[in-house]
Amino acid sequence: MNPLIPMIASTVLAATPLIYAALGETVVERSGVLNLGIEGMMLIGAVAGFAATRSSGSDAVGFLAAAAAGVALSLIFGFLTLNLQTNQVATGLALTLFGIGLSAFVGHNLAGLPVARLAPITIPGLTAIPVIGDLLFHYDIMVYLSVALFIGVQWFLTKSRAGLTLRAIGESPGVAHAIGKPVLTTRYLAVMFGGATAGIAGAYLSLVQTPMWVEGMSAGKGWIALALVVFGTWKPARVVIGAYLFGGVTQFQLFAQGFGLPIPTEFLSMLPYAATVVVLVIICRDPKTILLNQPASLGHSFHSAA
Amino acid sequence: MQSSKIWKTIRLCLAAGLMATTSVAAFAAEPLKVAFVYLGPVGDGGWTQQHDMARKKLEAALGSAIKTTYVENVPETADSERVFRQLAADGNKLIFATSFGYMESLQKVAKLFPDVKFEHVNGFKTAPNISVYEPRFEEGFYLIGVVAGQMTKSNTLGFIGSFPIPSVMRNVDSMTLGALSVNPKVKMKPIWVNTWYDPGKERQAADTLIAQGADAVAQNTDSPASIQAAQEKGTYAFSIDADMSSFGKKAQLTGSTEDWSGYYIAETKKVLDGSWTGNRHTRWGIKEGMVVMAPLNPDIPPAAVKIFEDKKAAIVAGTLNPFAGPIKDSTGKEMVAANAAMSDATFNSLNWYVEGVEGSVPK
Repeated sequence: MNPLIPMIASTVLAATPLIYAALGETVVERSGVLNLGIEGMMLIGAVAGFAATRSSGSDAVGFLAAAAAGVALSLIFGFLTLNLQTNQVATGLALTLFGIGLSAFVGHNLAGLPVARLAPITIPGLTAIPVIGDLLFHYDIMVYLSVALFIGVQWFLTKSRAGLTLRAIGESPGVAHAIGKPVLTTRYLAVMFGGATAGIAGAYLSLVQTPMWVEGMSAGKGWIALALVVFGTWKPARVVIGAYLFGGVTQFQLFAQGFGLPIPTEFLSMLPYAATVVVLVIICRDPKTILLNQPASLGHSFHSAA
Repeated sequence: MQSSKIWKTIRLCLAAGLMATTSVAAFAAEPLKVAFVYLGPVGDGGWTQQHDMARKKLEAALGSAIKTTYVENVPETADSERVFRQLAADGNKLIFATSFGYMESLQKVAKLFPDVKFEHVNGFKTAPNISVYEPRFEEGFYLIGVVAGQMTKSNTLGFIGSFPIPSVMRNVDSMTLGALSVNPKVKMKPIWVNTWYDPGKERQAADTLIAQGADAVAQNTDSPASIQAAQEKGTYAFSIDADMSSFGKKAQLTGSTEDWSGYYIAETKKVLDGSWTGNRHTRWGIKEGMVVMAPLNPDIPPAAVKIFEDKKAAIVAGTLNPFAGPIKDSTGKEMVAANAAMSDATFNSLNWYVEGVEGSVPK
């Protein structure tokens, strides 16, 4: 078999949870809310999905439970930042720490237990095609759903009226409020959507990537998803490309080692992060890029009385 | 991390409070208090779980003569110093520190509490009240190599390494030597992931090695991800620290695990009868029962099992030393002469691949 095919397959596997988490956060941030709690919501989703799939035997139930758990956690964030108007950065950080601890607490007895891996789907006729079948039609259902999610988010943000409202609220909640747009409701829905996708991203780790539950298994992927949103300048297509690039660079370093390329492994391990930093620097070099793309009210609380 | 730390603090405070109220009454026949400090959660399915199993065996063996406590999820940072100080102040007289990275904290705290005895795993700094213990991991990995060398069909083995430090290099090298002792055609491919624990990355590394032809992959990272990968791809894998066959019944051939209970019971008895001393460095292997091979997979043919058992018996009898010469490094240079054993200095600072390992050591 062509060694490139497993490399690409692994890249997709690594990128998929990032796509879910980062697309959700893109919608959240476009509504003007900065939720740094992705890592915590992912872990809660991972443990909830694992527990639900183990007790029900159904992956669908697992992913739904993960989404619900993510939403539940995001509602705490929503209540604190939207109703009580706490600082979004501090609240998001607290949410991550809370999620790490809560998932470890809840999942204490689940560690070391196995669960069957969500199997790749086979499409009659297509999966059997050499090379192309292996490359495109040999993934689990969640990979295809992540593509659907991308199309949905892209359409919602750029083509739908509700998406326009959401973006308007992200740019200027005061103006949107003045013309009668429901700022808090929209932001709540966005935050819940971000919670659901982060939960699903977590469940992808505990049900597909490595079908098991272990404390802190997201190992920083929530932060990478956050970086990807800036990396993609709040545009879904760029966010997805960034996720695949990041997954690809992570995968490349392992392949390079296996092939015995004489590159220091520390350097290779650094590559994905170095690439992220370089792209962020390039983006920020022109202040206009950030200014034009970043939702103007990102991170600011909204007082309806004002 | 943070919130588990908070839990820990609460637990420590409760423990301290309880002690203040009970210590006056129970002065006469007070049991020896023994504390364990763990790097991970007790349910990690590997390293920490094995230590906690040994703690329970210690309690069962010595009963009311001792009282054990443990603190889990203690990071290898300055935080660990606070935990050690708290445990010592709480009246624990024997403290087992079960991770390498506690070394510097332990040195500081041990000076402050000269009457408390400390035991540190895998370290190299001792003191009048610090002794060090370490399993002979290389024996386990040599035997893993013996199995891998006989079961591989592609003659390509893999190793998912955490960091290229001497104690891990010894595992790569001894596994290769074990495999070569039964199959001279074997090649070893190591991949370094530069982490002790990242299931996603370990999984990717395992997939990569399998895609590049390695059909028997060992690891010394902490999660069972590589065993799951092998189970799905129909190749072989080896567990580390604990038996991980629940993650891949067909894939796991055997594994190198630890049973710390013998050592913990022996050392605690020494403290009880007053014969405990510091400044010792204890290395126990298969013979002493600190290194235990995980159950052999029933798919291994009897002839291969026989060779494995013979080699294991030879290690126990002391007639087989995994690092006995002649050993050449991967460039063909002789590093250990024939009929010689590897010197302690070389052993402790091992930073080269033996012949048969592909690639160059990360510098």
